[in-house]
Amino acid sequence: MDFFMQLLIGGLSVGFVYGLSAMGFVMIFKSSSVLNFAHGELLALGGYFFLIFITIVKLPVILAFIFTLLACFITGILIERVFLRSLIGEKLIFVIMLTVGLAAMFKGLLLLIFGGNLYTYPDFLPAAMGIQLGVVQVPPVYVATFGIGIFFLVLFGLFFKFSSQGIYMRSVADNQRASLSLGVNVRRVFALSWAIAALVAGMSGVVLGIINGVNVHDLSALGLKVFPVIILGGLDSIGGAIVGGLIIGILETFTGGYISPSLRDVIPYIILVFILLVKPYGLFGLKEIERV
Amino acid sequence: MEQKLLQINNISVVYSDVIQVLKGVSLSVEKGQIVSLLGSNGAGKTTTLKAISGLLKPENGMVTEGAIVYKGLPMHNKSPEEITRHGIIQVLEGRQPFKYLSIEENLRVGTATRAGKPYQEDLDKVYKYFPQLSNMRKKLAGYCSGGELQMLVIGRGLMAHPELLMLDEPSLGLAPILVREIFDIIRRINEDEGTTIILVEQNAKMALKIATYGYVMENGKIVMEGPAEEVRENPDIKEFYLGMSVSGDAKSYDEVKSYRRRKRWL
Repeated sequence: MDFFMQLLIGGLSVGFVYGLSAMGFVMIFKSSSVLNFAHGELLALGGYFFLIFITIVKLPVILAFIFTLLACFITGILIERVFLRSLIGEKLIFVIMLTVGLAAMFKGLLLLIFGGNLYTYPDFLPAAMGIQLGVVQVPPVYVATFGIGIFFLVLFGLFFKFSSQGIYMRSVADNQRASLSLGVNVRRVFALSWAIAALVAGMSGVVLGIINGVNVHDLSALGLKVFPVIILGGLDSIGGAIVGGLIIGILETFTGGYISPSLRDVIPYIILVFILLVKPYGLFGLKEIERV
Repeated sequence: MEQKLLQINNISVVYSDVIQVLKGVSLSVEKGQIVSLLGSNGAGKTTTLKAISGLLKPENGMVTEGAIVYKGLPMHNKSPEEITRHGIIQVLEGRQPFKYLSIEENLRVGTATRAGKPYQEDLDKVYKYFPQLSNMRKKLAGYCSGGELQMLVIGRGLMAHPELLMLDEPSLGLAPILVREIFDIIRRINEDEGTTIILVEQNAKMALKIATYGYVMENGKIVMEGPAEEVRENPDIKEFYLGMSVSGDAKSYDEVKSYRRRKRWL
């Protein structure tokens, strides 16, 4: 039972990180229908920004984290400004191919600067942050993950539900022509959705860096995990991304714990295939409201 | 002499660099007028509106010749963001709601041109014009009926404080009683808010009833214009758009023969 609880909590936390990172992916897809293949690299960027701020600049943890988020946010805006803006109005496939190029570029840059080594952050989370759940010890990292994750989830939830800018963003995702006709600044919406996506991706990068250490290859490969997560949750559902993340996370740790660690990357995909057989739009995929 | 709000001089519009849709269209709109733009399918009415509102651009269209002047400022080939901020709002054909947003959220998108400013009063105003909408603020627009949606999109346009509101076929696919209601509201908006309105319609009879001035388009050209009463009385218009014989009686279906009478303007 202890083992089970341990796996469950580990799975939930890892899954939560997957979900958060997938949320960023969904955001871009929802507002501009672009599949962002550079998502893993955005994750890695976040991890390295934090590494720079905490080990080289030696900022206090909280400041380093805030600066990392800011840097990611700005990176997102820059990506849109520099690379994507000139492609507005072009075919979607060009934009998607561009993100493949971005992935290669960022990965190359990071390798050039940091090499392929594994870096670890200094141990900064106080041990007192860990929680004793019955017999199971929840490590501080997981507690922090849940704390940060839920905070941002609520924040973005409120932003999209109530703020005007959030509503404009949803309107662009819903009907771009109509939002243009009302004067919504579509380019700003795209820039903002890239910025938010980069921010949440960077945040997940930091958390994954705390758990596994920072390495270009590992982090960018983890970015690919968003694909099973979002396909499971439904490509355009933010809630679905979280649930999908949790399911994949739990499946992974349980496979790793009960069957074999070498299968942990395989089983989730197999289960994914079966779920898609039953629910082809994913668990929470948007069903088109069809007026007859 | 009233001030001309909008002046279109001899514009040509080309899509994708090759397909010419408008060939030298000129029209002018005075402040406070309701101008109706009539014509059959493919005549270029919607394109004319899109040329004014800047929505041609995302569709790869361009004003290649001529000028669109609004309050003395050139507007042709500007971006829709800029044009809407001057108070020109187009309500698209075929009711384009944001399906996954609630009624109230749909209306709030109309505040995009003055983001950050208070909008509660405007919401109240829209609910005053369209009382039905106020009972279902939280309902998703995707589940509303056609009439409700038409009210919603006009209301959404009103939220943007338009000085020039361009309505593209508001009567499309609506029951006659609803058409009358919508047109009544359009007239009230024009009278109470002083909003200048360009009305594109297939329903020539209703449109000419509330309009002060009318233009008729065919094949990308303006073929006739005049005060609404004059256009209404024109024998060609009666024959081809209002379905009446020259004598003014409603025409029986047997008599409808497209070759009986030549359009004189062609």
